Amino acid sequence: MIWEVFRQERKGQPFVHGGSFHAPDQAFADAYAREFYARRQESVALWVVPRDAIHPIEEFPDEFDLKYRRVDGYSIKARLKEARARAGATEPADAEAPAQPASERT
Amino acid sequence: MTAREQEFLEYVQGGGLVETDDWMPDEYRARLIKFIEMHGNSELMGVLPERDWILRAPTLQRKLALTAKIQDEVGHCQLIYRVVEDLGKPRERCLDDLIAGKSKFHNVFHYPTKSWGDVGVIAWLVDAAAIISQKALLKCSYAPYARVMKKVCWEESFHILHGRDTVLAMVTGTAEQRELVQEALNRWWEPLMHFHGTPIPADEDPMVQWRIKSQGNEEARQQFLEGYVPQIRELGLEIPDPKLRRGEDGVWTYAEPDWDKLVAVVTGHGPASQERLAFRRLSRAEVDWVSKVVLAEAA
Amino acid sequence: MTRAQAEPRTELLLALADDELILGWRNSEWTGIAPFLEEDVAFSSIAQNEIGHARALYELAARELGGDADSIAFDRRPEEYRCAPLVQLQLVPDWARTIARHVLYETADAIRVEALKDHEDAELAGIAAKIEREEVYHRLHAEMWLERLRSEPRYVEAVEELWPYALGVLDADLRPALAERVGRDEVEAVERTAPGEEFAALWAEMTMVRRSAPVGAQW
Repeated sequence: MIWEVFRQERKGQPFVHGGSFHAPDQAFADAYAREFYARRQESVALWVVPRDAIHPIEEFPDEFDLKYRRVDGYSIKARLKEARARAGATEPADAEAPAQPASERT
Repeated sequence: MTAREQEFLEYVQGGGLVETDDWMPDEYRARLIKFIEMHGNSELMGVLPERDWILRAPTLQRKLALTAKIQDEVGHCQLIYRVVEDLGKPRERCLDDLIAGKSKFHNVFHYPTKSWGDVGVIAWLVDAAAIISQKALLKCSYAPYARVMKKVCWEESFHILHGRDTVLAMVTGTAEQRELVQEALNRWWEPLMHFHGTPIPADEDPMVQWRIKSQGNEEARQQFLEGYVPQIRELGLEIPDPKLRRGEDGVWTYAEPDWDKLVAVVTGHGPASQERLAFRRLSRAEVDWVSKVVLAEAA
Repeated sequence: MTRAQAEPRTELLLALADDELILGWRNSEWTGIAPFLEEDVAFSSIAQNEIGHARALYELAARELGGDADSIAFDRRPEEYRCAPLVQLQLVPDWARTIARHVLYETADAIRVEALKDHEDAELAGIAAKIEREEVYHRLHAEMWLERLRSEPRYVEAVEELWPYALGVLDADLRPALAERVGRDEVEAVERTAPGEEFAALWAEMTMVRRSAPVGAQW
């Protein structure tokens, strides 16, 4: 059987794919995973899974342009300019300042 | 070349990366398998010159370091053969072809080792030459191999240090110990100059065109000379090539290696080639029953 | 270094250290030629661990005997080593016998090391505790192979052959415990004696590089 190992380099880090090897069962797989991915204390944790348990997915439909779900689906420049002009603002507000919720405005 | 193959070629030349299940031209796949298989073979055969010296190591520290180095190499063979397997050639068939003499392994592993001097010189300089090639492979267009190279390069970083430390202990020891190193260097210099292969220009090398290799052979050799000749000479060791010199333009010139000899060596006519293959054949036969009992499926 | 009557504790240290050194040496004979690549890497770590244990024990012995771990490991005469016959046997290329030894030795060593954790010498007890923590993984490894090989005739034969040797690893008072753990009857053990010819050949190879320079040379 082929087994895949995912390793965590430091606590808090994501588990990242390390590699694969042959082993007849979980006991052997655990032993070999330790050897290949942690004998130098280079990982703090490992996930050892049979290759068959992994389902690859590589195609993702994107037919109707649903980019309202992403940041690049928004372009506010033109409207912002018009809104400022109407309000007679002499200087643009700090573009970085987060919007204050109405309840917290003094 | 078909239009699709041409498109693929342009894709990899533009820096595109290829994963295991992507479509790839037959030629690309075949070249990959041959190249990567040779690399795996080399890691495995590289164990043989060194393993006897584990038993003879003169201190516990050297024994441990050498064992760990060789362990890494076996581990690298495992990682590299896995890449070949996922490209379509099972590991057992790689081993069959290796011991039948049908596939190749790097020239340096066709030579005998004679003393503890060899142990230092191999770990320092042969591994240094190998790391130069391996670092260039980090840019391989075939991503699974590039990823394995990352782990390999990281693990091999201590090998060179261990080798250099071993050499340093001897050159600062007795006159006889120093002589062991010099004598080993005299024998290993030619194989080292052969290591990176014939000086085929990068733009004529199909391996570079497919972006499997990203560095020409001569470029690698120059990198080795630039990095290591000063380090060798500063220990008072002599390099057995009176023509070796660095030009003002930074290019090293040297006595032309015997390229026919390189071909002869890698086709199985090196001083230790047949003995090593016979040893592999024998040891595999003796433990064959274990794989059959434990790894029930062939691959 | 003189071989005057050493303290019982030192004798104990040397026996334990020599067992680990020589077993580590024998186990590293599998480097590059183990049954398959993954196992090659795993078995090499076990060999390295054993040599690491030997080193720690020799360092402790050096305080009593003088010299350092390397001089005690390598500069004695062959007849001065204290290793058990079990670890001296050359078993490559026989994997069944190798695993049989591995299983038996790890079981015996577990018993021995457990007892040492209570030794009055705090340093020795400390090393024993460390060895025990590392050998948990050796035992897991031995057990996973035992599961696979226990019904193989060559493995069964190997255990039969090596059982008297395994008993000889331990002092007589610990042998009943070994017999119980392994599930076999106690038989006449192959006792520790001054090492013979096979060991002398091992020693010659082990020390050939070191002996090629004067005592005290650095490597």
